Amino acid sequence: MDIFFQQIVNGLTLGSLYAIVALGYTMVYGIIQLINFAHGEVVMFGAMIALSVVSTASGSGFPPLAAVLVGILAAIPACMTLGYLLERVAYRPLRRAPRLAPLITAIGMSIVLQQVAMMIWSRNVLSFPQNLPVILYEVAGASISALQIAIIGLCLTMMAGLAFVVYRTRLGAAMRATAENPEIARLMGVDVDRVIAATFVIGAALAAVAGLLVGIYYGLAHYTMGATLGMKAFSAAVLGGIGNIPGAMVGGILLGLVEALGAGYIGDFTDLCQYGIFDAIFQARCADGGNLVLFGSNYQDVFAFVVLILVLVFRPSGLLGERVAERA
Amino acid sequence: MSTALLEANGVCKRFGGVRALHKVSLTIHQGEIYGLIGPNGAGKTTLFNVLTGLYGASSGGFNFAGAPLDIGAPHLVAKAGIARTFQNIRLFANMTALENVMVGRHLRTHAGVIGAVLFNAATRAEEHAIQRRAVELLHYVGIADRANDLARNLSYGDQRRLEIARALATDPKLLALDEPAAGMNATETAALRTLVRGLRADGLTILLIEHDVKLVMGLCDRIAVLDYGEMIAEDVPEKVQRNPKVIEAYLGT
Repeated sequence: MDIFFQQIVNGLTLGSLYAIVALGYTMVYGIIQLINFAHGEVVMFGAMIALSVVSTASGSGFPPLAAVLVGILAAIPACMTLGYLLERVAYRPLRRAPRLAPLITAIGMSIVLQQVAMMIWSRNVLSFPQNLPVILYEVAGASISALQIAIIGLCLTMMAGLAFVVYRTRLGAAMRATAENPEIARLMGVDVDRVIAATFVIGAALAAVAGLLVGIYYGLAHYTMGATLGMKAFSAAVLGGIGNIPGAMVGGILLGLVEALGAGYIGDFTDLCQYGIFDAIFQARCADGGNLVLFGSNYQDVFAFVVLILVLVFRPSGLLGERVAERA
Repeated sequence: MSTALLEANGVCKRFGGVRALHKVSLTIHQGEIYGLIGPNGAGKTTLFNVLTGLYGASSGGFNFAGAPLDIGAPHLVAKAGIARTFQNIRLFANMTALENVMVGRHLRTHAGVIGAVLFNAATRAEEHAIQRRAVELLHYVGIADRANDLARNLSYGDQRRLEIARALATDPKLLALDEPAAGMNATETAALRTLVRGLRADGLTILLIEHDVKLVMGLCDRIAVLDYGEMIAEDVPEKVQRNPKVIEAYLGT
């Protein structure tokens, strides 16, 4: 039971990170039906920039928390600028092109950004300064770190903030109007290009925070980290229903839970010794409480993509469907 | 004589070989209810679409409120002070009535990403103002009680009213109504007539495309008649009705 609870907490942490990245995919898809495959790279840039700033700040005597704060304050505007430039340079000129064109550009931008990051930060795995105090709480047999609580809390706050912006503000109304019918929105005086740019910028701001948090959580950053993370967040967005904002939140958290629980239990489930049917073959291995695990927790990454395939096969519109009302 | 609000100067629009509009010139005066009629396919809606920046004109242009009108982008036309409704209703079906009107306020307000995120005092004040104005407009067209219903759940007549409220939210000088009475019953049409008169009384200039000849004749100060993309008459209703060219266009020869 304690493993279960532990994995739930780990899953929620991971899931809330996936969720805020997934929101970036889903918002852009909702408004211009484009999968911004370079979004994962924006997360990576967020992590890299934050890492550089946090390291420098820590080196020059900032207290750890202040250094992180400075890092976040640097990463957000930098990523917002990057998101804006992406839209401006790579997608806006292709607004009226066939749908495949911006998709290819998106993949191209993703490669370009990775290479640029490699040139700036080298091909090495960089480590985050490990100077934040590690505080652990023992709850129901699981140990929860203050960092996990902070990550979950921060992500939930940002999701609430985003929901507020989308459903309660002038900008959000314009975003939803544009998602529903850009032409009419234009006729009603909405500057659709600006609204689309704003969508990219908001998504990038979330990505910046996600990058920083992922970097701190795992303690490292690498120029290819955006690719896997981005694909998983994209899977989460598809799981919830691409284009659907609440869907991305639910999909992200669900995917995190699936991954964590899967990683926690797959070893037990695929331990051939416990089933007793292969005794004759594996006698030597299984003797004296030995085990023969077919898949270990290193298969964690597979779960996201198994989920993606299952969703695409059985419910292509995602869990919450493609309710146009929720698009933005 | 009152001053001209909108002037069309030799507006032409071709779609390939089809001449949808040919040298259309007309003048709409400040405070007028101006009707645009003509048989099906005469180019009435095309003129609306060119005027509101949906299609570029092939040649010719417009003067609006004493200056050349930039019809390069729809939001610029809206900004200049021209708002429209649609022949086939085009609301944001999955947003509430109130939100539809709030979208119309977009143009006259400012808060962007930063404001939305910080939600500072200025932004809050603006959001309140947007909402207050939207509620006022819903009251004005008489559907305030449906404010929080999704637009798609409104009755047909109410959807028409909502379109007008949304257009009014952009603070237009000229309101262009594309067949607002289409599909309305007698009661709804009568209510519409009162609404349009009220709008004019409140200082708006109205451009009205309408098939319901009785409504047009009773409501409009002046009427232009289009036939095969050309203007064949522009006059007060009584004279238009007796114009032989108009009778010919409607009855055929």
